Amino acid sequence: MLAKRIIPCLDVRHGKVVKGVNFEGVKDVGDPVACAAEYNRQGADELVFYDIVASHEGRGTFLDVVRETAKQVFVPLTVGGGISTVEDMRETLRAGADKISINSSAVKNPALISEGAEIFGSQCIVVGIDAKRDGNGGYTVFANGGRIDMHVDLLQWVAEVQRRGAGEICLNSIDTDGVRGGFDLEMLKAVCARVTIPVIASGGAGKLSDFATVFEETNATAALAASLFHFGELTIPQVKADCRSKGIIMR
Amino acid sequence: MIAVIDYGAGNLFSVCNALQYLNLPHKLTKNPDDLRAADALILPGVGAFPAAMEMLQKSGLTDTILSCAKQKPLLGICLGMQMLLDESDEITPCKGLGLISGEVHRIPSPRVTIPHMGWNELEIQQPDCPLLRGIETPIYTYFVHSFQGFCKPENVAAYADYDGKIPALITDGKFIYGAQFHPEKSGEQGLQMLKNFGGLTI
Repeated sequence: MLAKRIIPCLDVRHGKVVKGVNFEGVKDVGDPVACAAEYNRQGADELVFYDIVASHEGRGTFLDVVRETAKQVFVPLTVGGGISTVEDMRETLRAGADKISINSSAVKNPALISEGAEIFGSQCIVVGIDAKRDGNGGYTVFANGGRIDMHVDLLQWVAEVQRRGAGEICLNSIDTDGVRGGFDLEMLKAVCARVTIPVIASGGAGKLSDFATVFEETNATAALAASLFHFGELTIPQVKADCRSKGIIMR
Repeated sequence: MIAVIDYGAGNLFSVCNALQYLNLPHKLTKNPDDLRAADALILPGVGAFPAAMEMLQKSGLTDTILSCAKQKPLLGICLGMQMLLDESDEITPCKGLGLISGEVHRIPSPRVTIPHMGWNELEIQQPDCPLLRGIETPIYTYFVHSFQGFCKPENVAAYADYDGKIPALITDGKFIYGAQFHPEKSGEQGLQMLKNFGGLTI
């Protein structure tokens, strides 16, 4: 049986790990390569590196971090932030990423999903989505780290993302992100019902049982968290032990 | 020296990174002389079967691989494993290398998400398989694929259960091995398999 995955996300700025709560209030915390190695040791099933500055000048430093990590850590590595062309994808994969995560650039230019999937394969195209309740019972998609309302319906967007060949969706609920009240089960259920590709739950984990709950209540195949693991409030072995004790299959 | 066959397909960096980490001498190469001189071969692969077979044919390495496979260890990874088999119907019917008998078809279950992506437990059929030496069970490995091999049970060293049996580790019982999963992305256990494979050459 396929195991559910626990994925720590490392936000990187100027070669250092950071985490913004609700995308604001950034706090500097550490060396990304060392953090990645520690997560690997703890049993992380995958790792995500996110370039939160995504500036042209900082790109080299960021890719050095990816390159160095790929030499030491042998679990799948997803890299996102500032990837808006096929060339960016190629450069990131060459640095040692296994998967590319695109978000705003995909909403602004959906053809990027199909182009990436055709050239590099669906397995390495992850589409990250930031979404929020629209106040009328639906959900709308945001770009630029949750700052710009794209006025795109979430459920139509996930169907298009799948049709264009994405291999996975990483769904981040702006409503629950940073609030630590648990993953957005309602939004996840709606998205899982709409697509057949794997969906990663993101945004909102605050306590141990939130992980088991998201796997029990939705069809999400993986759960992603950042600050919770990063500040050592919970460890990956604790989360996995809790899920296992509830009958959820973990590596 | 392990020759990692560079025929233009897929992400070869992670395989090389893993071999480097394990201090296993290796060379990323498209030169047939390197393949002949190597102690063992790794055939990686990502993408679609027909495109990869076409690239392999164009590289002119097919005959060298077929003759080397009679004399030294060969490990196909992911699509590289599928290419060891007789044929695939991914996109369009296409012949494989035919080194292990079997066919490649889409994962048949309508009840599971495709691709089969993530960590799955190996159901070991051949505990004596040299690649599994010294690895404690349960063994979980990382899979990403939508098509799978259909092989004779005697060639399957381990299956993975995904609402049906997926041959995960196959072998001809002599020199040839195929891993549907990515040992280079399967943590410590995957690294140990590569180390075991490297040990076959010495």
